[in-house]
Amino acid sequence: MISNIVFIILLGITSFLFIRRIREIRSNINLGRDLDLSDNKSRRWKTMARVALGQSKMTVRPFAGIMHIFIYAGFVLINLEMLEIFIDGAFGTHRVFYPLLGSSLYHTLIGFFEILAFLVLFACVAFLIRRNIGRIQRFSGKEMTSWPKSDANIILIVESILMIVLLTMNAADSVLFSLEDAAVIAAGHNQYTNIAFTDFFWISGIIANMLPSNVETLYMIERACWWIHIVGVFGFLIYIPYSKHLHIFLAFPNTYYSRLEPIGEVGNLEAVKKEVELMMDPNQDPFAASAPDADAVPQRFGAKDVNDLSWKQLMDSYSCTECGRCTSECPANQTGKLLSPRKIMMDTRDRLEEHGKNLKSGDEDAKSLLGDYISPEELWACTTCNACVQACPVNINPLSIIVDLRRFLVMEESAAPNELNTMFTNVENNGAPWQFAQADRGNWTEEMDKTGSG
Amino acid sequence: MSESMKIPTMAEMTASGEQPEVLFWVGCMGSFDDRAKKITKAFAKLLIKSNVKFAVLGAEESCTGDPAKRAGNEFLYQMQAFANVQVLNGYEVKRIVTSCPHCFNILKNEYPELGGNYEVIHHTQFLQRLLNEGRLEVKGGSFKGKRITFHDPCYLGRANGEYEAPREVLAKLDAELTEMKRCKDRGLCCGAGGAQMFKEAEKGDKEVNVERTEDVLEVKPDIVAAGCPFCNTMMTDGVKHFNKESEIEVKDIAELIAEAADL
Repeated sequence: MISNIVFIILLGITSFLFIRRIREIRSNINLGRDLDLSDNKSRRWKTMARVALGQSKMTVRPFAGIMHIFIYAGFVLINLEMLEIFIDGAFGTHRVFYPLLGSSLYHTLIGFFEILAFLVLFACVAFLIRRNIGRIQRFSGKEMTSWPKSDANIILIVESILMIVLLTMNAADSVLFSLEDAAVIAAGHNQYTNIAFTDFFWISGIIANMLPSNVETLYMIERACWWIHIVGVFGFLIYIPYSKHLHIFLAFPNTYYSRLEPIGEVGNLEAVKKEVELMMDPNQDPFAASAPDADAVPQRFGAKDVNDLSWKQLMDSYSCTECGRCTSECPANQTGKLLSPRKIMMDTRDRLEEHGKNLKSGDEDAKSLLGDYISPEELWACTTCNACVQACPVNINPLSIIVDLRRFLVMEESAAPNELNTMFTNVENNGAPWQFAQADRGNWTEEMDKTGSG
Repeated sequence: MSESMKIPTMAEMTASGEQPEVLFWVGCMGSFDDRAKKITKAFAKLLIKSNVKFAVLGAEESCTGDPAKRAGNEFLYQMQAFANVQVLNGYEVKRIVTSCPHCFNILKNEYPELGGNYEVIHHTQFLQRLLNEGRLEVKGGSFKGKRITFHDPCYLGRANGEYEAPREVLAKLDAELTEMKRCKDRGLCCGAGGAQMFKEAEKGDKEVNVERTEDVLEVKPDIVAAGCPFCNTMMTDGVKHFNKESEIEVKDIAELIAEAADL
């Protein structure tokens, strides 16, 4: 009885903290500029199904991809067992699904979950080794400071522990079930006699063979594992939204709201479009526009801080798992330049967190994403090749943030590198990035005429 | 020969009451850069040989605004786009072919929202069509035994998902096609995109084109096939960096096909 109450209280606290944090993230994301992505619903669902549910971009790197699918499948499917654990916890039942599903189906299901749990454990250990012993370049890098590194390790270690206690719990349980009922009842643990097990489970059977047959010890092991597991799950749930591990939820909406246009398309700035039309289109009447709202703050061209970015760009930043596939594919990063697309995403998220906190507490700082987090040198190293966009397993677009920050530098600050200013002047005056006369554009045709061959 | 080489401008064609099958958008590099002009001419010759009725804008063509846009100067880009759309729509242009993937990408993806709706085709796609329709025939004899590797331009490949057209065209050469370890959607940039062409690279250990040329050297090709005048320059410089210019040629697909067609 007391354990039911403890369970329900823990569940309540966890839900409260989890929901509070999710709402905070939601309101931070909503600090971004409006962007209407309510179109093309069926294509969006398909993209989500393919990229998030189907992990299509993960398997581009087969080892990490397959290991990740183990963890992902384990996480999703073992949650069905979690349902039973929750019901048992709340109502004091024990393996409530057993009588409902029948012995053989229950056995098969749990056995299947155990195989998944084993694969999760295997993948977590493999990932821990890769991260900490293997020399994989993308797990270092200057944005991979102590917190991102320990964040990754905490997640992998907690997941491993969860799987170990889950398997040990099943092992102790199945030994108890296999004992003579009389002995178990004599020890006062009637609930462990309602299942008539003939076999151990597939994986935990290995552990079961190593356990003692003392009823009280088995009971203690089973209960301890049950509680470690559930407290671990609750703790994890509270931890996830503060961690890069948030991708397990955000991967789905983030891929749903993916850009559907060809990735080479950046999009035209609407504010600029109006200005250019007023300037160049003789049919536009500058006085026809309604009087501007006196209180309206004119929108910046491009982005200086997180609130100049769209909500989707902000959602991207929270969806980032810091895997570094973007950075490892980035031509600038590979050749030693300062730019790292992963850092762009992490900086955006960190600044957004800071900005959100400032808004809440009411004190503003003089900081901004551009300058205090991301330097112009990083931005000017980008070749806009889209390798980072292509590489991201959850369809994050670091390039769109880079371009928006460049737009601010150029259009609001006139702070482009000198050579680019020269290029701009040439385009403006000569219609080409070099200083050639536009009238000479067709000269090559005459060259062909003259020589007959070119 | 010189008679048939006359390439009409849109103005001339419209004046005689005609419409071309396709407008050849040459691009700044194709118009002015000596190396890129060879690509332009090779492609023009292929169009002529295939009896494609085409025209150019000549002095009425202007930068699409792509380098300005990627560098963040949306204003300048939209001004260029506005002017270009006026010209193109004025001539009622329906189809555009271009040998520059940057022009291709921006005309195809960004111009429609600004009122410029055209069927935009990259020259490798156009050559693929001409070859498939039998309007253009090449014999690959002179390329037999040569190893060719194709460097995917970012703005044709990743940006627009076109990986097959250039490869299919190259396959007509009867050469040995070999892929670099990073190719197609994982192809490495040449280093020129995003207006990098017009500035010194930021501080680093290495130039991007040198890194890419290392991929090239690994597969020991006789020819690096390019589909972009910017890539062409970067790869040519990269090959020179390793003093391999006597062993490895960097050529546009249009040049290779023109060579095979004895042009």
